[in-house]
Amino acid sequence: MAISGARQDQKSGLSGWGRTYLPGREIRSENLEQASQDYHLSRGLGRSYGDSSLPAEGDQAALGTTLADRILAFDDQTGVIRVEAGLCLAELNRLYLSRHWFTPVTPGTKFVTVGGMVASDVHGKNHHVSGTFGRHVRALKIRTGKGDVVECSREESADLFLASIGGMGLPGHLLEVEFQMEKIPSPWIYTESYRISCLDELLDKLKEKGKEWPMTVAWVDTVARGKSMGRGILFVGRWATPEEANAGAPPPRKAMTMPITLPSGALNRLTIGLFNRAVYYTHIPKKKSGIVDPDKYFYPLDSILHWNRLYGSAGVTQHQSVIPSESGSQGIRDMIETLAKAGTASFLTVIKDCGSEGDGILSFPCPGMSLALDIPINQRTPRVIQSLNATVKASAGRIYLTKDGLSTAEDFQQMETRLPAFLKIKERWDPEGTIRSEQSERLFKKIEL
Amino acid sequence: MKRIVLLGATRGMGRELGRQFAGEGAELFLLGRSLEELAKTATDFKERAGGDAKVGSAYCDLEDPASFAPALQAAQDGLGTIDAIIVTAGLFATQEKLEADLDLTQRLLTVNFALTVTFCEQARSLLLAQGGGALCVFSSVAGDRGRKPVVLYGASKAGLSAYLEGLDHKYRDQGLITLCVKPGFVRTGMTTGLKEPPFAGDPEAVAADVRRALEKKKAVVYAPGMWRWVMFIIRRLPRFVMRKVGF
Ligand SMILES: Cc1cc2nc3c(=O)[nH]c(=O)nc-3n(C[C@H](O)[C@H](O)[C@H](O)COP(=O)(O)OP(=O)(O)OC[C@H]3O[C@@H](n4cnc5c(N)ncnc54)[C@H](O)[C@@H]3O)c2cc1C
Ligand SMILES: NC(=O)c1ccc[n+]([C@@H]2O[C@H](COP(=O)([O-])OP(=O)(O)OC[C@H]3O[C@@H](n4cnc5c(N)ncnc54)[C@H](OP(=O)(O)O)[C@@H]3O)[C@@H](O)[C@H]2O)c1
Repeated sequence: MAISGARQDQKSGLSGWGRTYLPGREIRSENLEQASQDYHLSRGLGRSYGDSSLPAEGDQAALGTTLADRILAFDDQTGVIRVEAGLCLAELNRLYLSRHWFTPVTPGTKFVTVGGMVASDVHGKNHHVSGTFGRHVRALKIRTGKGDVVECSREESADLFLASIGGMGLPGHLLEVEFQMEKIPSPWIYTESYRISCLDELLDKLKEKGKEWPMTVAWVDTVARGKSMGRGILFVGRWATPEEANAGAPPPRKAMTMPITLPSGALNRLTIGLFNRAVYYTHIPKKKSGIVDPDKYFYPLDSILHWNRLYGSAGVTQHQSVIPSESGSQGIRDMIETLAKAGTASFLTVIKDCGSEGDGILSFPCPGMSLALDIPINQRTPRVIQSLNATVKASAGRIYLTKDGLSTAEDFQQMETRLPAFLKIKERWDPEGTIRSEQSERLFKKIEL
Repeated sequence: MKRIVLLGATRGMGRELGRQFAGEGAELFLLGRSLEELAKTATDFKERAGGDAKVGSAYCDLEDPASFAPALQAAQDGLGTIDAIIVTAGLFATQEKLEADLDLTQRLLTVNFALTVTFCEQARSLLLAQGGGALCVFSSVAGDRGRKPVVLYGASKAGLSAYLEGLDHKYRDQGLITLCVKPGFVRTGMTTGLKEPPFAGDPEAVAADVRRALEKKKAVVYAPGMWRWVMFIIRRLPRFVMRKVGF
């Protein structure tokens, strides 16, 4: 049970996963219903990269949900589960994998809370078939900004429900979540992976494989230039059949801890280039396949706790955008070029083909290609983010709020056409705007466009 | 198969202990002051035991001594023979807050000492009557030495520790194993927002230490274990030093 080891470093102040610390504290409680009356924001395990989980300037503390982690009901026949919002996904997996139930959607780390999964409306390798997590949520219990506790769903107080899915916790504090688990044939994954030598082929293959495989994702080398630009590795997978699966459930794996914080700048275009090249060329033969532990398949990075210390004290930001299918692939190409021009690089770059849009008002994915770039922070980074956002706007795309810490209100509001609809619902449930985060103050404020 | 009664399982270290016991297949009976919280916690333990464990519960409020006997009776009816009764329930408030509030001071002293001991006395009789068993009670390192930041809370726990030591001396050879748990700073709801000292621990590790100490029939366990050495030194510091330092 390494859940407490999953909590973030608590230096002075609070930070998201990107390690940009701001003043503020986290006060935790088992009783969210009571405690939520006293706070302007809830936060889970702080795996959002930027400032979405940080109290706004002037607010002293955020309510930490991780002690509120009870399983309140589970129906073995239907797979419907109800939990308190602070339950960690790693615990959910540990408890139900051997019973052949799994979360219908998982992000790339298991150290998130269920509340965080709803607030960001997370997506996973199966987005093209299963949609976001929100699609599988049946009901939410929420302490609204107005102060009431409301049980909502697609039938009751649907506006609050849909604004809360992907609403970054801003319509209200999530107290309880009821969702549909997925029945799996075995607790193992069958996976195949292919080395692919250029971007066009990678994007084509991603779409093509998505027709036969329920899980797909591509890792991209963003440093390679010329003909090799956008070369990478495509991973596909599905739950193994009982016949293919290894005997029993996967044994618990022990995680290592990244012991020290590297000097800022240790990850740069040169070292990232070497790393990317090594990953690419050590994928031998060109096609691999096998039965793997879901932990290894879904959460390769979780085997090193606190791996964000790699980025040094300056930290990291992520820029994740989705470029709609209608806009073609030029946007993806342009963003990779932007990094090269700026002399920076992305350590881990992931491309995923997205399926249909979720019904959460601000839910991130839409049909198209999503590109996620991990960018070590230095003085130039805000400008790099601005250039990336220019491409996103030109392609009629949008960015993923849970990764963002540096976009401007202008850029965000120009690309997020759904914001007025969201704010209207928020106002209904939180007329005085008591619920806010550093991010909402930064991006949602009224500006002249 | 272990049969265990928990008073204080709805939150904190008691909840974690319950989860670990449930995970290894123990049969649990929960006592607490809110039936609703007990029911939710019982469901959680059941799920953590794989879905079909038996977890009973009954009302018991440390501030309502009339509830002790019926609660213990219900636990015995539910479990049959009881292997261990574990008490994690307790109150904490900062020295600053206590000094400013006499009512709270009286309440904390009464709950942590007088009422906890009253509960333990009934638990002791029950265990002795069935031929033995373990009584495991959470005191604190704060009871080991009078110290500036925990004058009042520490005093309540010092009394509790002394009582538990006496029980161990008197009744061990009749089969009653008394375990006094002395947690150091542990990150729970009780301590959230307080400044963390060095050697702060998490409930998972503390619960594992307590389970091991129960297996070994120990009389005292410090958790995290480092606190044993910290308190070894603090107990030996001369008074003039204790008057100077802030801890
Ligand atoms: C290595 C890594 C890989 C990732 N991979 C993916 C991926 O594949 N797909 C994907 O979609 N995301 C991914 N993410 C992002 C992550 O899934 C989200 O940021 C998620 O929301 C984090 O959950 P958390 O509990 O840490 O929430 P936090 O980071 O603590 O909070 C995130 C947001 O949710 C709000 N919130 C949290 N709990 C509550 C609550 N109880 N009530 C109201 N609001 C609440 C916060 O206010 C904040 O706005 C990844 C992150 C990392 C670090
Ligand atoms: N955390 C530390 O750092 C630390 C250090 C040293 C010693 N301790 C001691 O260790 C024990 C457990 O601490 P913790 O941090 O786990 O505490 P916690 O998280 O505050 O949990 C306390 C538990 O006690 C129950 N409780 C409180 N008053 C009660 C009453 N009148 N009747 C019945 N149950 C009552 C609570 O039930 P409800 O849900 O009904 O409130 C809750 O389940 C306490 O005795 C504490 O003094 C703790």
